[in-house]
Amino acid sequence: MRNFEYLRPGSVDEARTAAARSGAMLLAGGTTLLDLAKCGVAEPETVVDITHLTGLDSIAFTGQGVAIGALAKMSAVAADRGIRDRYTAVSEALWQAASAQLRNMATIGGNLMQRTRCPYFRDPAAFPDCNKRKPGSGCAALGGATRNHAVLGTSESCIATNPGDLAVALVALDAEIELGARRVLADDFFLLPGATPQREHAIEPGEIITAIRIPASGPARNSTYLKVRDRQSYEFAAASAAIGMELEADGLTVRDIRVALGGVATKPWRARSVEAALKGKKLSREGIDRAAALAIEGAVVHGDNRYKIALAPRVVARAIINLKLRGIA
Amino acid sequence: MPDTTIALRLQINGRSHDLKVEPRVTLLDVLREQLGLTGTKKGCDQGQCGACTVHVNGERVLACLTLAAQVEGRTVTTIEGLAEGALHPVQAAFLERDAFQCGYCTPGQIMSAVACIREGHAGSDAEIREYMSGNLCRCGAYPNIVAAVRDAAAASPTEANR
Repeated sequence: MRNFEYLRPGSVDEARTAAARSGAMLLAGGTTLLDLAKCGVAEPETVVDITHLTGLDSIAFTGQGVAIGALAKMSAVAADRGIRDRYTAVSEALWQAASAQLRNMATIGGNLMQRTRCPYFRDPAAFPDCNKRKPGSGCAALGGATRNHAVLGTSESCIATNPGDLAVALVALDAEIELGARRVLADDFFLLPGATPQREHAIEPGEIITAIRIPASGPARNSTYLKVRDRQSYEFAAASAAIGMELEADGLTVRDIRVALGGVATKPWRARSVEAALKGKKLSREGIDRAAALAIEGAVVHGDNRYKIALAPRVVARAIINLKLRGIA
Repeated sequence: MPDTTIALRLQINGRSHDLKVEPRVTLLDVLREQLGLTGTKKGCDQGQCGACTVHVNGERVLACLTLAAQVEGRTVTTIEGLAEGALHPVQAAFLERDAFQCGYCTPGQIMSAVACIREGHAGSDAEIREYMSGNLCRCGAYPNIVAAVRDAAAASPTEANR
């Protein structure tokens, strides 16, 4: 790890000033930053440690929704009773993410800034070409081992998967990311790679995530996160789905539904066509399967990741069925 | 790069330590290389194996992905600071159940298990497996590790189901 200057600001304003310096990076938990610094991917000249800032880790419920401070730990949010009861998919996504130790370190704001697990991105010594690391240098993943790469939202520049779980739930539930004075819808916060895969988030130098706001809703209260992976725990998603669903009084007709996918796309993937196919319809096994198939509309296969085309719709369908069978929908 | 060495005062196992370190130095390297507390192991050194698990302010974290500078003003407990006179009940349970083979992952397993029980996440074998998944054992001593955690949990008061 290259050496750096270490700053520990005493306020959010001081942190913003420090973060705006050239070569500065924020440390909100360190689980991504220090990992990538050891890999040689992150080379900060200044590390701005915001873990000592106070007052940014609250979880505040109002009638309109919940505001989660950016420095709330993943473990604290996962265990919060209000989050479990009213924003269930968020809690389920969090406790299925990473390990207990990492969830005690990583913060909600930092979690949104985690980078892809693309092995070519993470190994600059062996694979110097990476459009994310060095714009225009090429992509070593194309034609390489691509079992965990994205099938949705890819470009000719980049096929790296966004590895997040929490972010998938947030995109499904129309959460907003608060960047001090301005707010960005979670779906807009994560950017498609296009020709600029180095730019992953709609955040500017000197901006700091201060909170995540999730609006209260029927679908948020009746929501779930299903994660399918190569091993049962402590693993990234092969495919995952966050579903929020509200049924009419008949218990069968869909009043409102939210669907987002993880592990298959370059950003947390909202599947609005699946939602449209189910909204206003009575739930049936055939209807769910037909709608879930729309989740991979426009998918592009790169070698080893073909299985995701079959897996992703099944995970969506299973999550919807789980939610219905849970009896709270 | 100019000299960026910083002075730190760290609280480790109930003792105060004054240190001078480069900012990039991790808590793991300070423990092992500067303080001689080699019970905390360096396995993968990238947050994937759990061998370096320690407690910061009573919560289990990975020392390899924590800067030494980050823990200033916080309290650190390592495997060396766990026993108070007699072995900690979790250490005793690991011995009783022979919950190791080579032993390299064991300090991390024990630090993680102590926290797992305290969190109230050791209510069943399935829950123990889930909440201990951040600690890998390449010898595959998992069945005996689960048994040791189960035994220690049954004998310990836990936080009420949070």
